[in-house]
Order: sequence, then C-alpha cells, then structure tokens
Amino acid sequence: MAGNTERTTLEAAATPPPAVLAVVETILAVNNIEVVYNHVILVLKGVSLEVPKGGIVALLGANGAGKTTTLKAISNLLHAERGEVTKGSIVFEGAEVHSLTPNELVRRGCIQVMEGRRCFAHLTVEENLLTGAFTRKDGNAAVKRDLDMIYSYFPRIKERRNATAGYTSGGEQQMCALGRALMSRPKMILLDEPSMGLAPQIVEEIFNIVRDLNAKEGVSFLLAEQNTNMALKYASYGYILENGRVVLDGEAKALRENEDVKEFYLGIAEGKRKSFHDVKHYKRRKRWLA
Amino acid sequence: MLGPILETLIGGLMTGVLYALVALGFVLIFKASGVFNFAQGSMVLFAALSVARLSEVMPLIVAVLIAIVIMVALAYAIEFLVLRRLVNQEGIILFMATLGIAYFLEGFGEAVWGSDIYKINLGISKNPLFLFEGIFPGGLLIDREEIAAAVACAILVAGLAIFFQVTRVGRALRAVADDHQAAQSVGIPLNYIWLIVWAVSGIVAIAAGMVWGSKLGVQFSISLVALKALPVLILGGFTSIPGAIIGGLIIGAGEKLAEVLLSPMLVKWFDLAGGGIENWFAYVLALVFLLFRPQGLFGERIIERI
Repeated sequence: MAGNTERTTLEAAATPPPAVLAVVETILAVNNIEVVYNHVILVLKGVSLEVPKGGIVALLGANGAGKTTTLKAISNLLHAERGEVTKGSIVFEGAEVHSLTPNELVRRGCIQVMEGRRCFAHLTVEENLLTGAFTRKDGNAAVKRDLDMIYSYFPRIKERRNATAGYTSGGEQQMCALGRALMSRPKMILLDEPSMGLAPQIVEEIFNIVRDLNAKEGVSFLLAEQNTNMALKYASYGYILENGRVVLDGEAKALRENEDVKEFYLGIAEGKRKSFHDVKHYKRRKRWLA
Repeated sequence: MLGPILETLIGGLMTGVLYALVALGFVLIFKASGVFNFAQGSMVLFAALSVARLSEVMPLIVAVLIAIVIMVALAYAIEFLVLRRLVNQEGIILFMATLGIAYFLEGFGEAVWGSDIYKINLGISKNPLFLFEGIFPGGLLIDREEIAAAVACAILVAGLAIFFQVTRVGRALRAVADDHQAAQSVGIPLNYIWLIVWAVSGIVAIAAGMVWGSKLGVQFSISLVALKALPVLILGGFTSIPGAIIGGLIIGAGEKLAEVLLSPMLVKWFDLAGGGIENWFAYVLALVFLLFRPQGLFGERIIERI
C-alpha cells in the first residue's frame, strides 16, 4: 500500500481528458504486487501497472530497480530463481494468472523475451524460432506460415536461418529471440531490455519492428528498458520504477517533458546536459516524495 | 596372429556397444536436466530383472513391452517424487538424490523380482558364426547374439538421433539442454521434458539390460556397469550422443586389446604376473583425457561471445 501513496501520476497538459481512452480494454493489470526472493529479500514493494490492449507501455528505471523482477513475476518465471509473489494480483485478459505455469501462460498468449536474448546457442536460428511454436496445436502449415511472416519482419535473420544461433551477432540474436516469442502467436509480449549491448542503429531497427508488430499484428508490449529516451519515443505510456516501487507514471509525452525525468533519466537539466556525478540521489527522492 | 587379434577387437567392440548403451542413458539425462544420474546402472539392472522374470511366464516380446511400461512408470515416479521437489537445487544435491534412487532401485528390484541369477533367452542360437574362413585359418569366430546386440544398438541410436534432430519434442529437449530458463519462457514445460528423458533412458536401459543379461545372466553386478560408463563419458563428452557411442567402442575394444597385447609384454619384459589390465585400462585412459582434453572427444563446444 505504501507504494501507492508516494506515487505521482502525470497528466499530459495539452491533451484533453481522455474520453476515448476510458473504453480501451486492459489486457494486463498488475495490482500492488510484492515479490520476495529466498523468503527474505523484498524486491518489489507494491508495484501496480496496466497495459491497454494493443498498447506499448514502457517500464523504466535504473539497474536493480525491479524491472526484470516485475516482468518475471508476470510471466511466472520467478520460481526458477526462488522468488515468489507474496501479495497483490496479476490479471491477464480478465483472469488471475498468478498460479499458472509459464507454459499455460504462453498458451493464453502472454510470453516473455528475456533480458540478454537467451537464444538456444547450439540450435540454428530457424530451430530457435520453431521452439517458440512448442505450445501450438494448429498444425505445421500454420507454423510454416508464421515462420514466413517472421522472416518478412526480420529479413536479416532469414539470411542467417541455418546459422548456429550462438555464432550470430547480438542484433541477430535479439531478432531471433523476438521472432521466437512471436512464433507462439502471443497477444502480449513482455520485452526485457531489448537494447542491451546493441549498437544504436540496431536498437532503432528493433524498436521500429516492435512498433510495426504492434500496429500490424496487434501485439501489446510491456517494455522494460534502461534506455529511457528510446523507450519513451515508442511507448504510449510509461512507468518509472525505483527501489521496487513505481514512483512516477504518465503518458510518454508528459514523461518526456517532465523536469525530473529529463534530469535523472535523460541527462538534460535546465536546457543543458549535465554530468551524473553532479546529481545527488537524495535530491530527487525529496522532490518526488514532497 | 591377425585372426585372434581381430576376434579380440570384435569382441571388444561388442562389449563397447554395451558400455555405449549405458553411457547413452547418462548423456540423455545429463543433457536435458544437468543431473548426473548415478542410478543409470541400477536402472539397467531393474530393467533386466523385469524382462528376465516376466519372460519366464510370457513371450519375450510381451515381456519387453511390459518392461517398457514399467520403466516409463518409474520415470514418472522419479520425476514426480524426486526431481520436481528438488528443482533449482545444486547439482551435488541432485546427484545425491540419484545415488539414493540407485540403491533404492537395487533393493526394490530384489524385493520384487528376487535375488537369484536369472537368464534372458533372446532366442538366438548360441552357436557362433565362422566368417572369412578363406582368409584366416579356421575363420573368425563371432557370437550371433553380439551381432544382434550391435544391430539393435545401431537402430536405437539412429532412432534417437532422428527423434532429437527433427521432432518437435526433440527440438524442445535440445532447447532445454541449452538454456532451462529460456526454454521455460517460451512455454516448454520442464517437467514434461524430464519425464521424457528419464523414460527414454529407461528404455535404453532395457536394451542394455537385455544384451548384458543374455550374455552374463541377470545379476546384481550388472548395476556396476554404470562405473564403466564413467570413463566412456569422459572420453566421449558428457553432452554428446555420438561421443557416448564412440567412447564406448573405444573403451570396449581398447581394454580387450590391452589385455591381449599388453599383458604378454608385461609378463615378458618385467616378469610381472600380468593380467588385470582390462580392469584399469578404461580409467587410465579417462585420466589421460581429463588431463589433455577435458571436454572429451565430442563434448559440446562452449560457445562464448567475446
């Protein structure tokens, strides 16, 4: 509960009250969850967020803020790391999914692309993509069609389809991981840090594909990113996590213009760039908590 | 001189087939779950006992089918009662668990099936074949059962290779072997995969148990084959199916040839009693490999991006 009291929601100044937005369906709702690792380490201290159907929502924050933990809590991959959701609820398409296995959740259409890509290194790129279709029961023809669809989005990995995934470049691996998730025909993808360790052009290429997929295939995205600038360009809404709490949320546009976000996450203050060494941590806590 | 050496070589290769079958069971489980399954030898014993005792009252083929059912049920029980509870534990804890399973299976097998020495009759004539009589005086003496065992092993391995390479489940198995968590994240259920690998290595254990049992009789010492599979694994690499096969053949042939060729030399040159080389040859070879090529002949190359 404590988390909510400290939270600020920004209203975009220029936009009128969102009458249309009110009828937008929510595909994923996380309500005030707490996550504990090893029974003692409290990592998420009441995180709530919502993803509208067909939306791209960014989950922002520094290292260790709890982005990955939030995504893993949703996709139920925490058990493998001895983590546990101890409070709150996670609702996907109107149903509580907290006790489902990752397998059942993927069947329902919610899949995670893990941080660091995690391609199956000894399988070829195409085999990697096919593992994504493991949960599907609609036959080889449909799987083959989707494979072609994915190659049309990622022509770069089509050329590398028979290469061992472990030997492909970082960008190709990220595309492979994203394509692998798409093979399960998801309604929603939890995308963890797609920009990690990639050149800016490749990051942009991947984000453009994400936007394409969102527009053409209607896949909703929850995007955990450290690259705030990039994420806010492509997302429509954003949440900022700090120390396991959501401290700020709002329309992407409003977040981009917010002074604190500018200063602490975009590195711009009072119109000019500023070194991180000069930024005092307590200052921002005070400002937001005030 | 060449004739007897060839005979020894062939006999050794046939023993190697057996080692390979046991090692194969190890590799399957190790690849998919990272568990070093010490119980593989006991599974071979248990499977052999089941086949031997069942075949006393029914045709062999029916006995084998029922044994397959038993081994699959056993895999299910192990997955449900042990592995599922120990998810994410350290490797050593899982290893200790398999040690427990090994001794349980030996005792349980005795309790259910009895502790005498039983025979498995494959219905193959015990009269050896004599080949190439024109080339070697007296021909090469080859056991028909050994040929059958080699053929059966080849079929089994080919079947497994196809299963791993082309089927949906085989692909999922390889994915799990590469990255558990990522496999889980794309919706591959680990429990199901473990059940499959344990069931498959149970079936491989039936093949190994039948071959061994028809040769030497079904008895407790079968479970000790597991110890001979260790050097095979070190030679072939813990994650490689072809490695298990070739490692098995090398060790089988190597130890027999060493016994025949090396012993007389030791006797002649150093005036030793000779003999016993068969017992340690495999382990010394494994030690040499550990020193110079720890990933084995065919161990998976560790792909690392720099």
